[in-house]
Amino acid sequence: MNGKAHVFGDYVNTDLIIPFRFKARTNDPVELAKYCMYGIDREFPKKVSKGDVIVAGVNFGGGSSREQAPVAIKYAGIGAVVADSFARIFFRNALVIGLPALEIPGIQKQVKAGDAVAVDLRKRTLTNLRTKKTFQAAPLTGFLRDLEAAGGLAAYHKRHGKFPWEPGKRKTT
Amino acid sequence: MEARRILTDPSLSFAEKALSIKSGREVRAGDVAVVDVDLTLAQDSTGPLAIRSFQEMGLKKIFDPRKVFIFLDHTYPAADEKVATLHTMVRDFCARHACNVVEGTISHQHLLEEQVVPGMLLVGADSHTNQAGALGAFATGLGSTEIASVWASGKTWLRVPETLRITLEGTLAKGVFARDIIMHLIGQLGEDGANYTSLEWTGTRLSIDSRACICNNSVECGAKNSVFAPDQLTVQYLRARGRKPMLDIQSGAQATIKEKTIDLADLEPQVTLPEHVDRVKPLSAAEGTPIHEGFLGSSTNCRLEDLQVAAHILKGRKVKAGTRLVITPASKRIFLQAVRDGLVDTFMQAGAVFTNSTCGACVGTHMGVLGENEVAISCSPRNYTGRMGSLSAQVYLASPATVAASAVEGRIADPRKYL
Ligand code: SF4
Repeated sequence: MNGKAHVFGDYVNTDLIIPFRFKARTNDPVELAKYCMYGIDREFPKKVSKGDVIVAGVNFGGGSSREQAPVAIKYAGIGAVVADSFARIFFRNALVIGLPALEIPGIQKQVKAGDAVAVDLRKRTLTNLRTKKTFQAAPLTGFLRDLEAAGGLAAYHKRHGKFPWEPGKRKTT
Repeated sequence: MEARRILTDPSLSFAEKALSIKSGREVRAGDVAVVDVDLTLAQDSTGPLAIRSFQEMGLKKIFDPRKVFIFLDHTYPAADEKVATLHTMVRDFCARHACNVVEGTISHQHLLEEQVVPGMLLVGADSHTNQAGALGAFATGLGSTEIASVWASGKTWLRVPETLRITLEGTLAKGVFARDIIMHLIGQLGEDGANYTSLEWTGTRLSIDSRACICNNSVECGAKNSVFAPDQLTVQYLRARGRKPMLDIQSGAQATIKEKTIDLADLEPQVTLPEHVDRVKPLSAAEGTPIHEGFLGSSTNCRLEDLQVAAHILKGRKVKAGTRLVITPASKRIFLQAVRDGLVDTFMQAGAVFTNSTCGACVGTHMGVLGENEVAISCSPRNYTGRMGSLSAQVYLASPATVAASAVEGRIADPRKYL
C-alpha cells in the first residue's frame, strides 16, 4: 500500500485518539472515524486519503482498552500504523480489527509529515519513498501472523468457521 | 500436566504458574498460551461493541453465561438518549443469553466484592481489569471483539509476561497512602515501563483496599497484570463474603524475575502533573496551584478507607467557595456503608456533592465534567488531555487525602497538616 505519512510524537494515548464521550454514544465505525485524533488535531479525518499511514513514536495507543481507537483510525482511511512501539492492548486490538500495526523502533525519526511511504504487509516493511530507505518490522509469530493475514479476528472466523485457538469448526445451530 | 507440580515448582513466577495451569501445559515467559477463562467483564462503552462483534461473527451461544458480566457503569444512569439506547441493547442481550447485567456500580470493585477469588483468570474489556489481582487473580484487559470471542469459546490467548517483583519495605509515614506508592512507581518506570510485564507485590502488608488501588493503577505503567499473592488478609476478606480460593498461586523463590524495592518510610505525598500519567513529582511541586474541582472518585481510589480519611479531613471544615468537590464511591456497597457510617453526612455538611457509583467524571462523560481551562485535582487514574472534559482543562492526580485537603483550601494542598 502507498500513501502519505501522518507523523505523531511519543505517547499518543487512546483518549487523544478518541475521547470517551464520543465513543460512549455510538457503535457506528463511520461515526467514530469523525473524531479520530480529536485530542491532537480535530481536522485530522479531513486530511486523510485512503491508504495513508500513521507514523508515531513510542507507546502508541496507551491507556484504555477501547477498541474504538483502532476502529476510528481504520475507518478514517488509514491503511497502517507504524510506530516505535505500541501499548499492549492497542496492539492486540489493531490486530483483531484488521488495522495493520507495525513496530519498528526508531521509525518516527525516519519519516517526515507528508512523506510518501509504502507499506508491504507481506514483508512487514515500510519504505520511505523520499529517502528510499526501507525498514523492517518485527515478525509476528504463530496464529498472530494468521490473524494479520486474514485481516482480523472476524475475518478469520468467517473464513475458517472457528477462532485460531479452537480445534474444530464451530457448530452453527 | 499436574497442577500440583506447577504450583510447587520454585522456578516459575506467578504469571507462569497461572497461565500454565489455565492452558494445561507448562509455559514460560515469552510463550503464547491458550487459556481457559474463569470470568469476563465488559461495560457500557465496550460491551455494545462486543455485542455487535458477537452478532457480526455469527456467534450464537455463550460458553457459560454465569461467567459473563456486563456492567452499566460508565455513563450511568444514562446521561442522554444515545447512551440509553446502548444500555437497552446490553440489557436485551443479557436477557436473551441469560448472562449477568449489573447496573449502577463500578465493575472492578463490584467483582472484587462478589466474584473474584485467588487463582482465577479474569479478562475484561476494560484496562483496569488488573484490579482483580488484589485478591490473587490473574486479571488483564482486552478489547471488545476479543471479549466477544471469549464469550463464545471460553478461551483466549495470552503471551506469558516477564515479571517485575516489587518489595515494599518499612511503613508509610502519616499522610502517605497506597496511591502514593503506585504513583511513585509509575513516575519511576514511565507510562510504558512495565508494558507486557506482570507486577508482583510483596513485603509490607497492605489492606485489600490499598491492594485494589495499586493493582488498578498499575496499568498506568503498562502492566499486563498486577498481583498480591493471597495471604491471611485475602482469606479473611473472602471468608467474610462466603468465598474460597480457586488456587493458591505463590511465585516460586527461584523464578527468573526482575526486582525492585520501595522503602515506604522515604515516601512523601505525590502528585502527577497534567497530561501524562508518569509526570510524578513530590506534592510540593504543585502545592498552591488553584483548582476549580476536586474529584474524589473512580475505581482507582474511592473505597471505604479513602472515604474515611477524606471525611476525617473535611469534618467540621468547608469546601472552599469557588471550588467544587465531587465524590463518587467505587461501588454501590461502599456508598451504602458510607451512608451508614455517617460519612456522607460529613461530606454534605462540608459542601461536597456525592454521586452514584459511576465512571462519570473519571472519563468526562457526565457528573463532574471539566469546562474550558478548568483545573482539577483528582484521585482517578488518568490525566490525559481531554480525559475529564475540555481539551484545555488540566488534571493533577493525587491521593484521596490530598484531594480532600485541596478542596478545603481551593488550591493543591498537603494533607499532612490535617491529619
Ligand atoms: S472509574 Fe475510571 S478507571 Fe474506573 S472503571 Fe471507570 S473509567 Fe475506568
